[in-house]
Amino acid sequence: MSRFSTEPDLFRQEIASYISDNCSAELRGIPAGRREVCWGGKRFRFSSDAQRDWMNAAAAVGLTAPRWPEAYGGAGLSREQEKIFREEMRKAKAPSPLESFGLWMLGPALLAFGTEEQKTHFLPQITRGEIRWCQGYSEPGAGSDLASVQTRAEDKGDHWLVNGSKIWTSYANHADWIFALVRTDREAPKHKGISFMLIDMESEGVSTKPIKLISGMSPFCETFFDNVKVPKSYGEGISSIVGEQNRGWDVAKHLLTHERTMIGGGGGGGILGGRSLGDFLNSLEDGVMDDPVIRSEAMELEIDSLAMAMTMERYGDMAKAGGVGNASAMLKYYGTELNKRRYELLMSAGGAYATEWDGPFGSTAPEWLRTKANSIEGGTSEVMLDIISKRVLELPSK
Amino acid sequence: MTTLMLTEDETMLRDAARGFLDGAAPVRNLRENRDQGRAFDTGLWKEMAQMGWAGVLVSEDNGGSDMGHRAAGILAEEMGQTLVASPFISSAVIAATALRNAASDRLAGIADGSLLYALAVDEGAKHGPAKTAMSAEKSGNAFRLSGRKTFVADGASADRVLVLARTAGSAGETEGLTLFDLDASRAGISRSAKNTVDSRDFAQIDFDGVEATGDDVVGEVDGGHAAIARALNAGQAALSAELTGLSAGAFAMTAGYLKERRQFDRIIGTFQALQHRAAHMWSEIEVTASAIANAGRVLDEKPDESELAVSIAKARATKTAKLVVSEGVQMHGGIGMTDEFDMGFYMKRARVGAEWLGDYGYHAARVARARGF
Repeated sequence: MSRFSTEPDLFRQEIASYISDNCSAELRGIPAGRREVCWGGKRFRFSSDAQRDWMNAAAAVGLTAPRWPEAYGGAGLSREQEKIFREEMRKAKAPSPLESFGLWMLGPALLAFGTEEQKTHFLPQITRGEIRWCQGYSEPGAGSDLASVQTRAEDKGDHWLVNGSKIWTSYANHADWIFALVRTDREAPKHKGISFMLIDMESEGVSTKPIKLISGMSPFCETFFDNVKVPKSYGEGISSIVGEQNRGWDVAKHLLTHERTMIGGGGGGGILGGRSLGDFLNSLEDGVMDDPVIRSEAMELEIDSLAMAMTMERYGDMAKAGGVGNASAMLKYYGTELNKRRYELLMSAGGAYATEWDGPFGSTAPEWLRTKANSIEGGTSEVMLDIISKRVLELPSK
Repeated sequence: MTTLMLTEDETMLRDAARGFLDGAAPVRNLRENRDQGRAFDTGLWKEMAQMGWAGVLVSEDNGGSDMGHRAAGILAEEMGQTLVASPFISSAVIAATALRNAASDRLAGIADGSLLYALAVDEGAKHGPAKTAMSAEKSGNAFRLSGRKTFVADGASADRVLVLARTAGSAGETEGLTLFDLDASRAGISRSAKNTVDSRDFAQIDFDGVEATGDDVVGEVDGGHAAIARALNAGQAALSAELTGLSAGAFAMTAGYLKERRQFDRIIGTFQALQHRAAHMWSEIEVTASAIANAGRVLDEKPDESELAVSIAKARATKTAKLVVSEGVQMHGGIGMTDEFDMGFYMKRARVGAEWLGDYGYHAARVARARGF
């Protein structure tokens, strides 16, 4: 039985009052681009007491993971209820109570591949914001060719001995645990000897080094494993490996497909402050919108963005009705290329002002630089086109 | 609003349409039509009407199947796949929508396919109803129409013509237009067929002091812009769907060729340069297909708010078709340039479809207006 009513109108009332009772006014009404994100985790510093209280209150009734079963710390909402919940959140201008790679990535992997014990152990820690996870997939020598991971885990009886390094581990310097692809069988073909392993970042031999990007930001790290002992089990039925040993590639592939389905048409930049692109561009001085080239690019971008939003809706429904499979590569390809175009246009519209790191155009410049990674991370545009041509269009390999 | 995914009924309609057209109207029918100098196959149109396609937007009371705009889009898309020439958009979509609320016995004729309509709006190289200059001089309850209409789709074969003329104001204004519904053989009307690259029926129609009365007016006098707006949106949406079907048809032909053509001892589809371009084209078609489904949905559910959705669809469909037919010819190489091969038909219809009922710029400007640019 859900904590909330199943009757839609009653449910809506209950959700609305839960939000207004528990999400402080000081958190609400801040435009999406300027909100302080609540990441949770042992080392997280809340931006305010209100942020912490909202996370705890939401977690108490499972609303940090609305669709997950209640037994694992979720709210057990149906698809329709989740929609109502999102609508009420928007109406109340309430920020998300918790964001994390645990919610986005590890949770779905555990729900699909984990044992009952793994789920009851790890998932509630995620929904309560106690443990912050990071993802360890890429390596210096394994970027687009992800399956060639070299980080190895040797079988030492009761534990694995892990050596190697990971790159592009998002916020690894703030994370408590990492889910990583490691090679557990060096003799097997490259896709077959990989396992999906859960590792405590406090283990001896784990270290991280932030990577400074062209945007000036350091959202990514290098993460090193130097003779790290990873227990084979964290308790009865709680293996440190998710899914079968040596079958981690299946888990990774499942997650990558899931990740691609989630990538949207892009928000459009903090500088818009909730305004439409048209309203924003019209508000600019120097007759930016009188420039026929900028105007024409803006119109074309608007048309493509609106059509992409419809595509996200259509594919979202298809995913719920039975999946979109490899076609999700199209969403990743198109959405990220579109986002790069959007930022090129914003930079062009801002002209000299947008070239400042923190001038009249706010953080548009670092955001613009950040978008250049969109078509690289999570599989490059070229890898997406390969997936479409080989798996969707079935063009021959030889 | 309902989902943009095909429902079970819609999937059945699409499969039935595809099954029928694959057998009854493959692309070689267009070639035969062209070679024999006819714009479309009347026997085929009769069969389509018997399946309820001509009455897709006519109420059941008036003999139609009343399946709605989404269904009309699905049918148009399937016709686009094999370049089926028919009066579907002019009669079954545009005229049926314009006359839907006019108490009209003509609707039964539209629904059974026996009465063919054409819409005469444009007077120059580019679409734009407000640009209408052709005059309909008022005198009492009568009107005298004089002027020239160009690029009238299905204009040479139509039995009746919906014509937009100016009863007040001047060219460029949306006010002061009136929509007339006239028999194409009325005295003073002369038609000349134009030889367009897509081998279909486009005509120039001259009106030389054509007499009309209040009975011939659709909607309000001076309110012609409103009387035709919804029908134009419906026609633009159906044409967008046709162009998207055309894109899918041309793309399937190209993808098939990539899988069988050998050069340099390899199947050319193994070349990554071609694979990525094919994957990009497919992505564009997918995104456009969403806009098509959305336009049909909005026309069915919120017709008064359909302008934005329709213009997104037409702009996308135009651009996607242009990409796909250009790449289609290029990837086929020399054979793509030959008349003997069908790809050229796709390219030529795509160009005409790009212009008819508003080009990319016309629809981009409508999107810009709706979105506060």
